[in-house]
Amino acid sequence: MNISEKWLREWVDPPLTTQELAHQITMAGLEVEGIESVASEFSGVVVAKIQSAEQHPDADKLRVCQVDTGTETVQIVCGAPNARAGLVAPLATVGAVLPEGFKIKAAKLRGVESHGMLCAPKELGLSEENDGLMELAESAPLGADLREYLALDDNVIEVGLTPNRADCLSIQGVAREVALLNSLDMKSPDIDTVKNTIDTVFPVELRAPERCPRYVCRIVKGVDVSLPSPQWLQEKLRRCGVRSIDAVVDVTNFIMLELGQPMHAFDLDQLEQGIVVRTANTGESLALLDGQTVELKPNSLVIADHGKAVALAGIMGGEHSAVGAGTKDILLESAFFAPDLMLGEPRRYGLHTESSHRFERGVDYKLQERAIERATALLLDIVGGDAGPITQAHSEEHLPPQKSVTLREKRIPKLLGMALPAAEVGRMLTGLGLEVRPVDGGWECGVPSWRFDIAIEADLLEELARVYGYNRLPARPIEGKLEIPLKPETALSIRGLRRHLSARGYREAITYSFVDPKLQRLFDPDASPVALANPISADMAVMRTSLLPGLVAAVQRNLHRQQTRCRLFETGLRFVTESDELRQVPTLAMVAAGQRFEKSWSVRTDDVDFFDLKGDVESLAALDRKPDALSFAAGQRTALHPGQTAAITRKGQLVGYMGALHPVLQAELDLSVPLYACEIDLAAVLEGQVPQFAEISKFPEVRRDLSVIVDKTVASDEIMHDVRLVAKDYLTELRLFDVYEGKGIDPKRKSLALGLTFRDHSRTLSDEDVNLAVDQVIDSLKKNFNAELRN
Amino acid sequence: MEDLEKLANKATAEIEAAADVGSLEQLRVQHFGKKGQFTALLKGLGKLPAEERPAAGAKINVVKQELQDLLSERKTALEFAAVEAQLAESTIDVTLPGRGQSTGGIHPVSRTLERMEDFFSAIGFDVVEGPEIEDDYHNFSALNIPENHPARAMHDTFYVDDHTVLRTHTSPVQVRVMETTEPPIRIICPGRVYRCDSDLTHTPMFHQVEGLLVDEQSSFADLRGLLENFLHVFFERDDLEVRFRPSYFPFTEPSAEVDIQCVNCGGAGCRVCSNTGWIEVLGCGMVHPKVFEYSNIDPERYSGFAFGMGVERLSMLRYGVNDLRLFFENDLHFLEQF
Repeated sequence: MNISEKWLREWVDPPLTTQELAHQITMAGLEVEGIESVASEFSGVVVAKIQSAEQHPDADKLRVCQVDTGTETVQIVCGAPNARAGLVAPLATVGAVLPEGFKIKAAKLRGVESHGMLCAPKELGLSEENDGLMELAESAPLGADLREYLALDDNVIEVGLTPNRADCLSIQGVAREVALLNSLDMKSPDIDTVKNTIDTVFPVELRAPERCPRYVCRIVKGVDVSLPSPQWLQEKLRRCGVRSIDAVVDVTNFIMLELGQPMHAFDLDQLEQGIVVRTANTGESLALLDGQTVELKPNSLVIADHGKAVALAGIMGGEHSAVGAGTKDILLESAFFAPDLMLGEPRRYGLHTESSHRFERGVDYKLQERAIERATALLLDIVGGDAGPITQAHSEEHLPPQKSVTLREKRIPKLLGMALPAAEVGRMLTGLGLEVRPVDGGWECGVPSWRFDIAIEADLLEELARVYGYNRLPARPIEGKLEIPLKPETALSIRGLRRHLSARGYREAITYSFVDPKLQRLFDPDASPVALANPISADMAVMRTSLLPGLVAAVQRNLHRQQTRCRLFETGLRFVTESDELRQVPTLAMVAAGQRFEKSWSVRTDDVDFFDLKGDVESLAALDRKPDALSFAAGQRTALHPGQTAAITRKGQLVGYMGALHPVLQAELDLSVPLYACEIDLAAVLEGQVPQFAEISKFPEVRRDLSVIVDKTVASDEIMHDVRLVAKDYLTELRLFDVYEGKGIDPKRKSLALGLTFRDHSRTLSDEDVNLAVDQVIDSLKKNFNAELRN
Repeated sequence: MEDLEKLANKATAEIEAAADVGSLEQLRVQHFGKKGQFTALLKGLGKLPAEERPAAGAKINVVKQELQDLLSERKTALEFAAVEAQLAESTIDVTLPGRGQSTGGIHPVSRTLERMEDFFSAIGFDVVEGPEIEDDYHNFSALNIPENHPARAMHDTFYVDDHTVLRTHTSPVQVRVMETTEPPIRIICPGRVYRCDSDLTHTPMFHQVEGLLVDEQSSFADLRGLLENFLHVFFERDDLEVRFRPSYFPFTEPSAEVDIQCVNCGGAGCRVCSNTGWIEVLGCGMVHPKVFEYSNIDPERYSGFAFGMGVERLSMLRYGVNDLRLFFENDLHFLEQF
């Protein structure tokens, strides 16, 4: 909320500079988000009155004005459309300096002398309005310095209030805080009962007392709404960010800003018989002040007369009963609506008003009469009329009960870390407006009607800490038992993974968890992704079922920005729905595209292929000292090349896929090079194994190489598996060291070169041992794979 | 004996002139081999009278020894020169770049997260993670943010349905831990969070680290001490000014926002701190008794505090990143800097 510093200082005026004051309330929890002076720098501008305005002899749009400055009459040439005899307006006299250093000199305009400039609000930096001279009150003292007359040496202090501090949504509320923080008394204005000069009353019926336990109103007859608001009132509103409408509305807004009580004024002639505060009827609608007509929702609280709804209670008045140019008699409303039952109401209509903002957070439930008295007195002053007696309808049992909270002295050191002197505690609590009564071991505190946020002991502790000063409370290092819980060595850290992949050339990326549903479908057409009800944009509308769409898009962007190679990885959740159950799976994805190495003098710069990525994936398995932990088998996955995709399993469970991006998709995404991608459950690569030492054999090893020719369709993995199975006892290592297809071999067949290493723990193996094993391997390969030995 | 002198002079000249180890070997054979000239001279001693033989023999041997030394000296020199020459030939340009895979890197958010985790792990906080699609009970209600509370509206929540949201903070993880764990509790919860807001200074997804400590005697003083310490360590500055400012969160009381002296201008006022000299870096407070009640922790016996901070914000301040959106564009030119 914006408050005028001068207005605040009318209530309480501590010996602090603006900056000091701002700092003080910021550190008390009312965060000052900005300070702005209300007017730009200018000088030499006085209040003046146009005595006559004649047409300029040589210019259609200019007028020659004789202007009374209070001490003399000067001639001013002016082009403003509203320059007319009798208008009181600001005059920049010769020698005046306007904002941005603009100096006023005597001049001739189309041959006519002009000794100064009559000003529009914009020319003084007061507002953006520039459609005519600023119109001052007729009663404004001629010759007075405008800055003094309008009290322009003032600042707007912008206070960012937290939702719990509804009590500070007024000058009074902030003043109360400032008074407490400076141990000063607050000077609230005298508010006297306005004696009624007529007896007319307007009946009020509370049909929903739990939601509106108090409704105060009063008739004022014979007002002259053509009379403008006085300058001081308009200025105060302007500085608090409220636009001046007319005197009646301005007064209600003034009361809201000053005391915190939102008010409303009805045109009495438009109301039938009496006020009924009730819930909306089915099918009822209401044309609101902002021009829209709303279908009233069931259960909405409305202010109605005996025929129709006339206002959305506490939110906005109706258009039909609004005060307008023809209004003579008005009904002033000052009500209390229960905050917990107001909560969320405005949002149901997409509305948020100054009034609803306050009622949702809590308005002082004892303020209504005071507010209406103050408003009446002001109104009578400005627009005249005769006030009737106050009608007060209330339901005592539905008003908030007087709350009482006990603060135990021992809780202060326990929660705040230090004991506070009892006298200091008493002073602070009393200063907050609490009715403090010392009890055994603490204080019993009656909570004032404006503090909806104080209900439990912790609330009082917070108040104490805040008023005492957070930064005056102690700070100390935490203490604790130095006992470290067990931690499994098999749990590999994601940090290790990050560093490992980084060392292999991958950069970590972080992409959004929500993706474009179209892109998502390209990768995972069968999944039904979790959709957001209120996405920020259409291309961020569904939760990813795979990390690949986001990561591939990141590669795409980089390749389109002239990068020639790109290796990225990401870890994070993917969101998959399986038989109506949502699983949020920690996942690792890696992508590689473009050159295998940076272009260099020392290596060939081929593009990466399947086996580059596979090597990187296998290296992850090796991280947990179990290189065969991941198994690869030919597989299929949408978005991947049907002939270059592997399903990855671990302990028999499918844990991921890897492969080349499908060439069709590659073309669709306009990627100039093939892209290889892998997605795997993070758990599969983060579960390790505690190493178990095995005795190292002292006996020599024997190596045999074997070249076999098999059909191309036979997976090398099956051959390896078969060899291991058959040669189990002495085989300590098996390597596939060459694959050959082509000249000299049946085009449907391929040659695989295997390196077998044999060794035993207890003896040196004889040739016979090894030959026997190799023969068995060959036999098995022949039998199972139609293999032939290659010479 | 003139022959000896002549021979010695000739041999000396030849040895000194030898260009390589091979010709030196030939000279050795020629002079000292079985059929060598010195061998012949020594054999020729027999023709001398017996009394002259010892002196002549000694003379020959002296010369022979001298020449042999010269020869071996020359040989060492030649071998050394040969090695030198070979080394000179195999000189490489050691300033050429090395071979192999270039290294990648770790995202600045991870880097920052790891530094934060390091601090808290070192003093006994466990790192706990949780779901990102969360129910509104854990995201709001259990944190004392009832339905229609203004604080809910302030969260700019992404909804999946009426009761399911993308978590707006990582606090629900704390609730889940409190529901299942007996105090003492010391945890931090890092992770992605989501708010329906996107402009120069907001991205709809960002990262938070929230922390929770619950035990029988934790107070606001511990909270202040811990967080001041953290901020000093994070920014590697013992003298960094830290201030606690009252604020409001439904799940803590007292609540505070914490500002640090602007690390860009040192408090003088600049663009980064909007000329205030202070930068807000985190929110914190003592756990609200209602939050304890929701999780069945006795607020009379236990007290605790919680804090939450934005990882990108800290990362930006630490590394001088001036645009939040860069974190999620994954431009290699950006990633390469970390």
